Amino acid sequence: MTTTSTIESPQEARTPAGAVQDEPAPLNTEHLAAMRRERILAWVMPLATMALAILGWEWWVRANDIPHYLIPAPSRVAETLWTDGPSLLQSAWFTVKLTFFSLLLAVVGGVLLGALFALSRSVEMSLFPFAVILQVTPVVAIAPLILIYVANTFVALLICAWIVAFFPILSNTVIGLRSADHNLRDLFTLYRATPWQRLRYLLAPSALPYFMAALKVAGGLALIGAVVAEFVAGATGQNTGLASRIIEASFRNEIPRMFAALVLVSLLGVAIFLLTTLASKLVLGHWHESEIKRET
Amino acid sequence: MNQPLIRMDRVRKEFGRSVVAVDNMSLTIEKGDFISFLGPSGCGKSTALRMIAGLLPVTAGTIDIKPPEAGEQAEQDLGFVFQEPTLMPWARVFDNVWLPLRLAGVGRNRARERVEQALREVGLSKFERAYPRELSGGMKMRVSIARAMVTRPRILLMDEPFAALDEMTRMKLNNDVVRLSAEHGLTVVFVTHSVFESVYLSNRIVVMAARPGRVAEELQVGAPWPRGDDFRTSQTYADECRRVSAELKETLHDDDIDH
Repeated sequence: MTTTSTIESPQEARTPAGAVQDEPAPLNTEHLAAMRRERILAWVMPLATMALAILGWEWWVRANDIPHYLIPAPSRVAETLWTDGPSLLQSAWFTVKLTFFSLLLAVVGGVLLGALFALSRSVEMSLFPFAVILQVTPVVAIAPLILIYVANTFVALLICAWIVAFFPILSNTVIGLRSADHNLRDLFTLYRATPWQRLRYLLAPSALPYFMAALKVAGGLALIGAVVAEFVAGATGQNTGLASRIIEASFRNEIPRMFAALVLVSLLGVAIFLLTTLASKLVLGHWHESEIKRET
Repeated sequence: MNQPLIRMDRVRKEFGRSVVAVDNMSLTIEKGDFISFLGPSGCGKSTALRMIAGLLPVTAGTIDIKPPEAGEQAEQDLGFVFQEPTLMPWARVFDNVWLPLRLAGVGRNRARERVEQALREVGLSKFERAYPRELSGGMKMRVSIARAMVTRPRILLMDEPFAALDEMTRMKLNNDVVRLSAEHGLTVVFVTHSVFESVYLSNRIVVMAARPGRVAEELQVGAPWPRGDDFRTSQTYADECRRVSAELKETLHDDDIDH
């Protein structure tokens, strides 16, 4: 049975006839330069517009003598960030924990339930309405009840944030697990794959792009859920997040501090976005269309 | 008693209540046969192939495949090549070819030699570590063939595998399939809608007609097998193509073709 037959190398690998020349052809330097320009612009442009907007804001506040208790200048916000930094960072850490745990629970719950739905139509039909109700009811409306029933504030806030982040993970996992190529499914049937092999080698990789897209959405939603829940809870005291600091500052009319807390919330959101985008690139970069850079 | 390798007996396939995809199809396929199912789209040739593979249940009738004898045992007796390459885009070429063995519980190291041999036989040794998206259409199809061959099956089922490829690549792959099946003593069932392809490849052609899908005629190709590139330019090839085309025209009335 052993054969060492040789096939001509695939024609794609051959050099075209007549390509042998004495000198290499001149490089398209124009195109290379354009590509380099574009790479630099991709960083410079957003940073420059951001800086310009902040400078414009600063100028506008100073030129019109707007009092800082109405709209503080960026320099004032920066100053507050510096002076209130330690206490604000403590609150930011609380919000980070809340966001991260709720996202983690959303991923675990969404993936497990999604897998269950994908395995069994009847489970999906019976449980899906609950998932939808959970999704369509605004978290602000349920939060007061949860806060009554759950004694521990952190746990109550966690549940609120989880409700918001959970649904996209669930629905995308279900769609992803069902999206496997039907011919590949047939192939797995032909080779008598066990349900576990099918899940591990076919369904899970097929679902990964959908899951990563959901993770990007759910990351942002978990932060929104964490902030909104805290607003509803109106928690005060030592162990509170950024939302509580915003409320607190608004009661005291400390507008610069509100802005400072807001800046931290935004930075947190940006960090989550960057992290989930990076994760998606790492996981899908080598094969999925959405993450592959096309050479031009 | 020499039992045929595959025996289809009055096989019928209905989809839903009213669509008869295959009607009353009886056929025996001997070991070493290279059979083409030739016909227009909608004649049930792919459906018949899928039923042989066990991917579709029959509505009526039976399909028997002779069980392998001692020494013929393979992880999987049937290899299947789809119209599309059907590779896992997230897996490298090696892992794609390894898949059938992996599903049978053969680990990476134990499978290595066989995967490498299968890739060598389709001329893709150098591309083990490539991802499918980095390959051309013809190369992807070769990977697909290597994957079907890696379990050393007795039977190779091919569902219009080269329909989407350019003429040059298709001729090359046709040669490879003939050579592989001759070397390994494979039995091949090849679905195609090309008269030229079916004449070049097979020793028997099963002409199928549509509405309902059925066997219209069985033809023998009168030329020695296996064949090489010189057959393509021979008078015999031209004559056989003309004969099969004429038979096809005679068998298939205009309303047999699903426009």
